[in-house]
Amino acid sequence: MQERVKKPQFDVVGTRPIRPDGVDKVTGRAKYGADLKMAGQLVGKVLRSPHAHARIKSIDISKALALAGVKAVVTAEDFPGQPSEFIPAGEGVVNYRDMSNNVMARDKVLYEGHAVAAVAALNEKTALAALDAIKVEYEVLPHVIDEMEAIKPGAPILHEDMITTGVTPAPTKASNISKRVEFNLGDITKGFAAADLVVEREFKTKAVHQGYIEPHACLASASEDGSAELWVTTQGHWVVRAYCAKLLGWDIGKIRVTSSEIGGGFGGKTVVYLEPLALALSKKSRRPVKMVMSREEVFKASGPTSGGTVKVKMGVKKDGTITAAEAEITLQAGAFQGSPVQPACMCAFANYDLENVKVVGFDVVSNRPKVAAYRAPGGPISTYGVESVVDEIAEKLGICPIELRLKNAAKEGTRAAYGPKFGPVGLVECLEAAKESDHWKAPVGPNQGRGLAAGFWFNIGGETTVSLQLNEDGTLTLMVGTPDIGGLRASLCMMAAEELKMDVSKIRPIIADTSSLGYNFLTGGSRATFSSGMATVEAARSIVKQACGRAAKLWDIPEEAVTFEDGMIRPAGENAGKHQPMHLSDIAKVAGKTGGAIVGYAAISAQGAAPSFGVHIADTEVDPGTGKVTVTRYTAIQDAGKAIHPSYVEGQYQGGAVQGIGWALNEEYIYGDDGKLQNAGFLDYRIPVASDLPMIDTIIVEVPNPRHPYGVRGIGETPIVPPMAAIGASVRRSSGVRFFELPMSPPKVLKAMKAAGKA
Amino acid sequence: MRYEKPTTVEAASALLAGQGARVLAGGTDLLVQMKARVLSPDVVVDIKGIDATRKITKDASGYTIGAAVTGAELKEHPTLSKDWPGLVEAANLIGSTQVQGRASLGGNLCNGSPAADSVPGMIAAGAVATIAGPKGTRTLPVEDIMLAPRKLALTAGEFIVSFKIPARPAHGGDAYLRFIPRTEMDIAVVGCGVALALDASGTCTAARVSLGAVAARPLLVVDAGKALIGTKVDEAALAKMEAAARAACKPIDDKRGTVEFRIDVAGTLAKRTATIALERARKV
Ligand SMILES: Cc1cc2nc3c(=O)[nH]c(=O)nc-3n(C[C@H](O)[C@H](O)[C@H](O)COP(=O)(O)OP(=O)(O)OC[C@H]3O[C@@H](n4cnc5c(N)ncnc54)[C@H](O)[C@@H]3O)c2cc1C
Repeated sequence: MQERVKKPQFDVVGTRPIRPDGVDKVTGRAKYGADLKMAGQLVGKVLRSPHAHARIKSIDISKALALAGVKAVVTAEDFPGQPSEFIPAGEGVVNYRDMSNNVMARDKVLYEGHAVAAVAALNEKTALAALDAIKVEYEVLPHVIDEMEAIKPGAPILHEDMITTGVTPAPTKASNISKRVEFNLGDITKGFAAADLVVEREFKTKAVHQGYIEPHACLASASEDGSAELWVTTQGHWVVRAYCAKLLGWDIGKIRVTSSEIGGGFGGKTVVYLEPLALALSKKSRRPVKMVMSREEVFKASGPTSGGTVKVKMGVKKDGTITAAEAEITLQAGAFQGSPVQPACMCAFANYDLENVKVVGFDVVSNRPKVAAYRAPGGPISTYGVESVVDEIAEKLGICPIELRLKNAAKEGTRAAYGPKFGPVGLVECLEAAKESDHWKAPVGPNQGRGLAAGFWFNIGGETTVSLQLNEDGTLTLMVGTPDIGGLRASLCMMAAEELKMDVSKIRPIIADTSSLGYNFLTGGSRATFSSGMATVEAARSIVKQACGRAAKLWDIPEEAVTFEDGMIRPAGENAGKHQPMHLSDIAKVAGKTGGAIVGYAAISAQGAAPSFGVHIADTEVDPGTGKVTVTRYTAIQDAGKAIHPSYVEGQYQGGAVQGIGWALNEEYIYGDDGKLQNAGFLDYRIPVASDLPMIDTIIVEVPNPRHPYGVRGIGETPIVPPMAAIGASVRRSSGVRFFELPMSPPKVLKAMKAAGKA
Repeated sequence: MRYEKPTTVEAASALLAGQGARVLAGGTDLLVQMKARVLSPDVVVDIKGIDATRKITKDASGYTIGAAVTGAELKEHPTLSKDWPGLVEAANLIGSTQVQGRASLGGNLCNGSPAADSVPGMIAAGAVATIAGPKGTRTLPVEDIMLAPRKLALTAGEFIVSFKIPARPAHGGDAYLRFIPRTEMDIAVVGCGVALALDASGTCTAARVSLGAVAARPLLVVDAGKALIGTKVDEAALAKMEAAARAACKPIDDKRGTVEFRIDVAGTLAKRTATIALERARKV
């Protein structure tokens, strides 16, 4: 076991104060995407494709425009064409041609729900009538939904210019495979030759939606002078600004984007759908335009994450040492390239310290909505396959699943198959915590079983700017640019309070708009508490430094002769002279007279993000008469590095686990033969409801990240990585059957149990 | 669209006989369908202004339950839950607390879904609908009202005023179970209502088994009931009933379940439901 870094005691960090955004959220005063109104605003609506795949022969908007109350109609013609280029942006790359064609179909519609036109009208009724009045002539084309069908020769091709990258020599014919990726470590042939047992399995997962409660919504107001304002629910308003500017051909600096409160995103609100349409409609109509998606539109037209096919082969020695690991991962990208196949490949075996690894991945387009990020994009899919195989190996070798993992666990110094060597990481600590937990030791009842799985996520840092103002009365205003999805504002104020030795309630945070603060990359990659925390600490330290400078001025002593201790600014030692120590609020009162406002500002590109490992334990009970699986007990264990506000860390663990439970048991995109989505609503797209779930217990493990002032790792994504495999392993024991396909819904479970003579 | 709230059965029938008229009870189906633009009636006739649709009365022959009485009101009734717990449970499975404040038996039946929860409960209990129309009033057993999805045996201008539920037999019990993949806020993949009566010796003298969501309409499975009548409702009788329930199913494959699954679960539920009904019958 590695040495744990010695933990300092903190006054504020690690406590559980009330969140600054809490009161307005529970009273309903908080303003979300659809809550802002502007005088004269119009209602914007989108006309969407009824076909899974069709050529647009013509669009006639004349009848719609002729309707009284219709103020503007836009189609792809209103957006400049974009070249097909891969441009680095944040965590990945974007292709603006694809983005443009996704927000508004050009030439072809590629999935049911693909936008073909948008209207702005005085009211909803007129806007809907205008949609009915738009005549689109389609030439319906054959479609393909499943990723394995899409890669077969003869499958309908979505993009005539899609030549698979990552293959040499490059193919000469277009296909639905956008790219092939490969990661290698050591020599798997040798590794498999050294194995006593080889397990090889193929897994299938379905596309699942992030399921945020708040649908996409925005309000745009474009001025005749070329400037524009946009109010929007998003995980990153700077990113929205950049995308909209590019798609519309406008100046970035003239667009001011304000992020509303956000009712969930989980990665799904990192892209644009309505925003460029609303801006274009506003420009054309010269009126503010508000657009809100229905739930059906959210399902049909906003990104779920990929479904996929994962083949896993692992070799082990009798003692449990893994000698080789191989995987092939094929993921749905939706209608445009860009599935999370790369991170899926990188995560696949990241839990283990291995010598011989090969992972190959394929990014496949088909006639589905373009996928968007969803919590640890790709990781849950590959991990489901790998961790299920590890569980099967444990069963076959008769080794405890925790011991098998401990034997092979990644630790400090492990070289991951995708390249880097890990610094201090907490997988071993999480496994030990699992082993010692009450849950792991508790007996299981009849028809019940227990399963366990581990998971990993990289986490990122990146561009972050914050501003911290010391107000005249000694209170502070913290301006941050990463939208607060899960308690961020509370955690940032706590770090600032810790630095400044202040009462946390005296620091009021806001999420600043894009014109008020320097660039911020979005809230994603579990980066916000890490990166904005780092910037907040830097800004707070700058305040201390400035305050000490002001005291030095007042006391007429050198700056070095002033220290900040226990919340007070004091002369440093006897030699500095006898001066009455000053509180920050004392300095605040005289700031004007000593040089002006005191503002801490930090514009950084946060480095040193550290991965977070987690281990989940799931108990399930199976009804042998119906095949229904009930989760009866669940514990999520994860390394937080440092839990700034433990309640919000626990909340992330619980939320990720619950989303994973839905993914494992009931959630899936169901298509008809016509290529249309059959369950575009929460009735038949079954996320778990509260009564479906046990209390999700949590154990926070803290192996501090040495590169963060408080030891923070990102923690938001890892919790969705282990659940599917943990539940699969549990269902294996409760039902007596091992499943290789998600979701493990009652019809599948009952059928398999009957076939195995268990029902 | 016009909204009307007549206070007499006759006025309601007259309005309903017109073109594009639709009954409004709780609105938990109708308003949802209007918002989704599935239905766009010209006249919405709110029947809640008619006294008979809104009250529960009890006499020696049983209960008369107004067609627009809500699930919450059924549950609050002082004796109904004691006499027909299965029926009340079925109605109370509909939606959430909020929906319970609106949803009615009449609406549940007349929405015309084969998966409606309260319908197998009503059929098992032997409920008979009182139907008012331009030509007067008639009665029809609940199992004869729905013909196919969205298709009812009601003619122009007709609507259901109330349901007659017979008095519970001395040793009678009923129950309703549904299968859904979640624990609530879902639509029955299979629903099953059972009502049975025992004599003093514990022999079954009457039994009605009804299945929902396994055919184009809710079914009264006469053979399943017969399998119990004359028995002590022992394992053998239950197994026979389970088989009869499965044999009656004519389900479809859809996003909510496969044919095979629905048939399997129908048997499982029939047996479980009958067991609960039996326990209740033995206790009274
Ligand atoms: C969130 C939610 C959850 C739900 N969950 C369930 C569930 O779990 N199980 C379930 O079965 N249903 C469920 N429903 C559907 C609905 O609530 C029920 O079918 C309910 O019983 C309908 O009753 P109502 O009074 O609201 O009917 P309304 O919406 O008023 O009417 C329904 C239909 O019946 C017609 N109608 C109504 N009363 C009469 C009458 N007396 N005579 C002739 N025609 C009439 C109307 O014209 C309309 O077509 C749910 C609905 C919602 C919104």
